[in-house]
Formats: sequence, C-alpha cells, structure tokens
Amino acid sequence: MEEFEPVIVAFCCHFCAYTAADMAGSLRLCYPANVKIVRVPCSGKVDTIHILKAFEGGADGVYVAGCLEGDCHFKNGNVRAAKRVTYTRKLLDDIGIGGQRLEMVNLSAGMGERFAEIARQITEKIRKLGPNPIRNLTRPLSEAAVQISKEQPSQ
Amino acid sequence: MITAERKPLEEIIEYIRPFQKILLVGCNECVTVCAAGGRKEVGILSSLLQMSFLKQGKNLQIREHTLERQCDPEYIEELTNLIDGVDAILSMACGCGVQEISRRFRDKPVFPAVNTKFMGASERQGVWAERCQGCGDCLLGITGGICPISRCSKQLMNGPCGGSTKGKCEINPDVDCAWQLIWDRLKALGLEDRYERIIPAKDWRPGRGAGPRKIIREDLAE
Amino acid sequence: MKTESVLEKMLISGNLAVTSECGPPRGAVPEKVRQKAELLRGYVDAVNVTDNQTAMVRMSSFAAAVILRQLGIHPILQMVTRDRNRLAMQSDIIGAYSHDINTMMCLSGDHPQFGDHPMAASVHDIDSIQFVQMVKKMRDEGKFQGGADIENAPKMFIGAAANPFADPFELRVARLAKKIAAGADFIQTQCIYNLDKFEKWMEGVRNRGLHEKCYILAGVTPIKTVGMARYMKNKVPGMDVPQAVVDRMAGVPKEKQAEEGIKICVETIERLKQVKGVAGFHIMAIEWEQKVAEIVKRAGLYPRPDIGI
Repeated sequence: MEEFEPVIVAFCCHFCAYTAADMAGSLRLCYPANVKIVRVPCSGKVDTIHILKAFEGGADGVYVAGCLEGDCHFKNGNVRAAKRVTYTRKLLDDIGIGGQRLEMVNLSAGMGERFAEIARQITEKIRKLGPNPIRNLTRPLSEAAVQISKEQPSQ
Repeated sequence: MITAERKPLEEIIEYIRPFQKILLVGCNECVTVCAAGGRKEVGILSSLLQMSFLKQGKNLQIREHTLERQCDPEYIEELTNLIDGVDAILSMACGCGVQEISRRFRDKPVFPAVNTKFMGASERQGVWAERCQGCGDCLLGITGGICPISRCSKQLMNGPCGGSTKGKCEINPDVDCAWQLIWDRLKALGLEDRYERIIPAKDWRPGRGAGPRKIIREDLAE
Repeated sequence: MKTESVLEKMLISGNLAVTSECGPPRGAVPEKVRQKAELLRGYVDAVNVTDNQTAMVRMSSFAAAVILRQLGIHPILQMVTRDRNRLAMQSDIIGAYSHDINTMMCLSGDHPQFGDHPMAASVHDIDSIQFVQMVKKMRDEGKFQGGADIENAPKMFIGAAANPFADPFELRVARLAKKIAAGADFIQTQCIYNLDKFEKWMEGVRNRGLHEKCYILAGVTPIKTVGMARYMKNKVPGMDVPQAVVDRMAGVPKEKQAEEGIKICVETIERLKQVKGVAGFHIMAIEWEQKVAEIVKRAGLYPRPDIGI
C-alpha cells in the first residue's frame, strides 16, 4: 500500500516566516518536501478564501506563519491572520473537512530551526489525520489557485 | 445599511441538495459592507459548498456572480446571460434582493443564503448594531438623535423603564439603555426640559400598521 | 372623589392605605386565587393582581381580579403594555369595570427574555405613560383613545409604578412628574431596602409638590432568607439592597432568618411612616402571603380604619 504523503501549503510572511525558511535553507536544515511555501507580504494578507482554495485544490493541511506577537512589520497583520484562521477552522469543521488541518504559527526571522521543526511537526500531524477527504475528487492545486479572484463568465 | 448574516451551512446545503448547477449571486452594497454576501463571501460560500458536496460524492456546478445590487430590476437583468442551464439560484442579498430575483426568474427556484437582520450602522470594524425599524414617522428630532423604537427593548416613547441599570438595558448588560442615551444627549444639548414633554401614543399607520408599504413618486413613476 | 374605588376613599380619608399582592397561578386553578385572597382579607384595603409577572404565563389578571371581586375583595387590576395592543387594553378595561373592578395599574411589563416565552413578540403598542393618558381620557372624557364615545365609560382609579432605585437616579423624580402629568392618581414604588436613597427621592418629590398631586404607596417586601437577599441584590435589575441588609440576614442562623426578614420589613414600615409624603404601603410578599397579616399587625396598621366602606 502506498504511504500517504500529505500536501501542506504554508503561507509565510515575507518579514519573518519566509526569512526563517530561508535561514533553514542556508543552515542546510532538513524539513519535509511536503510543505509548499507561499510567500505573502504579511500573514494579514491571507484571507479565508485563500485557505479554502488550498483545501479545494486538494491540500491536506494548511498553515499560516506570521511574526511573533507584537513584532508584525505591519503592526497587527498577524493578529488579523490569527482571527481569520480561527474563523476558517470553524468553517472547515462545518463542511466536514476538519478545522484541525489548519493552524496559525508565529516565529521570528532568525528562527530557522523552529521553521524546520514546525514543518516537520505539522507534516506528521497531517499524516496521522489522513488525506483531505476530497483529495482525489478535485482539480489540481494550480487550477484552484487561478480561480481565486476571477469571476466565472458565462459557460 | 441592511445587515445580514450567512445562514448556517447545513441549511444552505439542504436547500441546494437536489440541484446540479446553481447560480450564486452576491450583492455589492449592504451585504458587502457587513461582510455577509458580497463578492468575497460569494467566493467563500462557493468553495465551501463545492468541498462539502465533493465529500458526498457530488460535483456541484456553481456559477458565481456579484451584482451591483439586487433590489433594482436593471441590475437583475444582467443575470439573463448567466441563467442558461442553471436549475436553482442562491442569493446572498437581503430579503429584498432574493424576492426581486424570484420575481424576475419565475421558473427557477430561488433560495436565500443569508438571514436578513436589521437596518443598522457600523459601531466599529466588524460590529454592526440596529438603529432603525422603519416606523415611517421619524421622531429623532425630539429624542436627541437616538431612536427609542429601535434601541429601546420595549420601544418606550417615554422611558426609561424601572429596569435601567447603570446605563444598560435590563435584558442584557451589553445593550445600552436607549433612554439613558437620550437623556445624556438632551443634557449635552441643554434640552433637559424636553424630557418631561409626554410623547403621545404613536400612530402606527406610517409603519407596518396599515399593511405592506409602498412609496410612489408621481414625478418619477412612469 | 374621582371614582368609587375603596383605595381612593382610604387615601382621601388621610389614613395610611395598605395594599398587597396576589400572583395568579400558572394554571386553571381558581382555588389558589381564593386561598391567597383569604389570607389577605381584612388586613389590606385592596389587592394587586399581577399580569403575567416576570413574563411567565399565568391566569390572566382580569380573570383573577374577577374571582377576587366575587369574594368581596377589592382588586387592583395590573395591566402591562407588553402583551396587549390598545384595542385589547380598552376592551379589558371596560370588561373589568363591568365586573365592578375600578382600580388599576398601568405598567410596561418585564421583558419576555426573562420569562418562559422568550420567543414571543412583544406588543408595546403604547407605553405605560401613554397608557395612563388613555385610561384618564376614558374616565374623564368618556372617550376611547381613538376618539369615539364610550357607553358608560369606566371610572378607574389610575395607578402607576415608580422605581426610585433604577438608573439614572437624576431622572426618577422627573419620570414620576411625567406619570402624574399623564394622569396617575396613585403610585406604588419598587420595594424599599435603601431608605436613604428613598428619602432622597422623596425630597425631590416634595420639592416639586408631587406628593400632593398623587398618592405615593411605599413598597416593602419581607426577605425570607439570606439567599433571597443576595439574589435580589445581584440578579434583579432596578433593585437596591444595601450590603448592610444582606449582612444582617447573614448574621442570623438559618432558622431565624425568616423572622429577621419580617423584623426588617416592619422596621422599614415604621421608618417610612415618618417620611412626609408617604400615603401608604404596598406589601409584596410573593409566595409568602401568609405573613402579610403579621406584618400589618406588627406595623400597627391593624385593624384597618373604618371609613364606612
């Protein structure tokens, strides 16, 4: 039986999380290839729709990584992100995908080790949870991403 | 604005369960402001419904569109290009919009995706509160700009009642006592004398009292 | 005299009037009304019949008032604006008057959120002050609120409620003035534990001569247990129970608390007798009606003065 390899989408803020990811790279730290990083200017840019489209596209887990509390480059983007993550978790529970597949994490730019650790921890957590219930029934992630802000014209 | 809140997902799912292809219509005005049924919420609901039905083995087709508003026939006309093959319409507008769509597309079942709540205003970001109940005969000019009909739990016109506690209503410490607010405002305006003038029993005919209402502008109606 | 009301007669005579309360049962049990009435007979001048109190459905105050009247007791018909529109109210007033009921209270009513039907729609077609105006118009002009003539118009002695302990305090005298201007003949206050505050309110009342335009009946309620004192202090909006009162109840062993509560009640009445402008007492002993007789006696208000009723 094929072992399930989870697909995890990590929305990482440019100033902290992405920089930490970069550092993990320079330090040659290993973290699972399951994690696909999406760089955003601030975790506060991430909205419910982006998270939902990731799951719709078949992602098994999603996390939003922002700066430590009080350190957000844009003042409180990470606070907004945290609220939206909480809100979206409830929506995911409501439709039976499962809010546990979504998480908010906070770290600083210098925390390369922590970045790798988070990536490993979440990958394992999602591996245990199993695949997204709609994984094989959906369009590929790239198609879902294209549709995020586009209205569907008459078919 | 007219405020609304999205209906529980289970309810919406039950409405559209029998259908294969739906038109999901948002509204760019009131429901956009209160984050219940605008373009963004259309996208979110569409994604949620898609995933929910996929999980049950059904590939629901959803056509998304957001109108400028749904309470004017000219805008609703835009949907005629999108209606082919659609077997149900799910509207995220307030009750007014849902009914106008229903009136125009008689042969398509139309469902509300939000619960219309009240006429209100933004207190601060993310918080909307009731301000007006459309009584048809506005008395804000004599109550210091605060409406006792929509903001007093007992719509007293000569309040407060004996349950007013520290400026809050007896039913809920989060609800301001409207008459405390009115009194504070009258004081600030130097109009304390107005408090003892009795506001006589209201004629409810301009409100709901004389049946469903209509406004006809002779100079505008064709 | 504006009416045939026994309460009015007692108040005009200059004697301190005494009223009490009878809460109708939560079912079609007329016997319970009769039992409560008999506990009060002879000790009070008139008996309030409450109207779906705390927004819990009970036998209608109209029905219970008729039962009392048939027993030869004088009811004070309480009516709230929460459950009826002006048609139903005027209709019930004519109906009550046809049963020889001539004294009533015009109230707003507790919000349905407190009761057993929070899902119900409130009416509030008119508020308590507009209600007083309406009943006065029926009596003095013989006209319905809408303007038409009433055949044998009801002559009601009109009461309203006052709460010196609700917020904002600075409005509470003005609110009484409004009710009197609307036509209230008598007032019953919320039950009094904070005598200082009550006296302060009365000072404001007297300054405006309101005590001469309207009879003020001071409300009192005997406390049964320290738990009841705490509940009223913390959970009932518009109630002012000073900590000293709670402490006094707490300072007495459980089996002595009821007696202490009665003592406090009687002491309160004695002190209120000294307050100029107090025309009588409204004793609210909810589900403790059997103690009213004792309170009336110990407060020196028994027997009721013979004024030829």
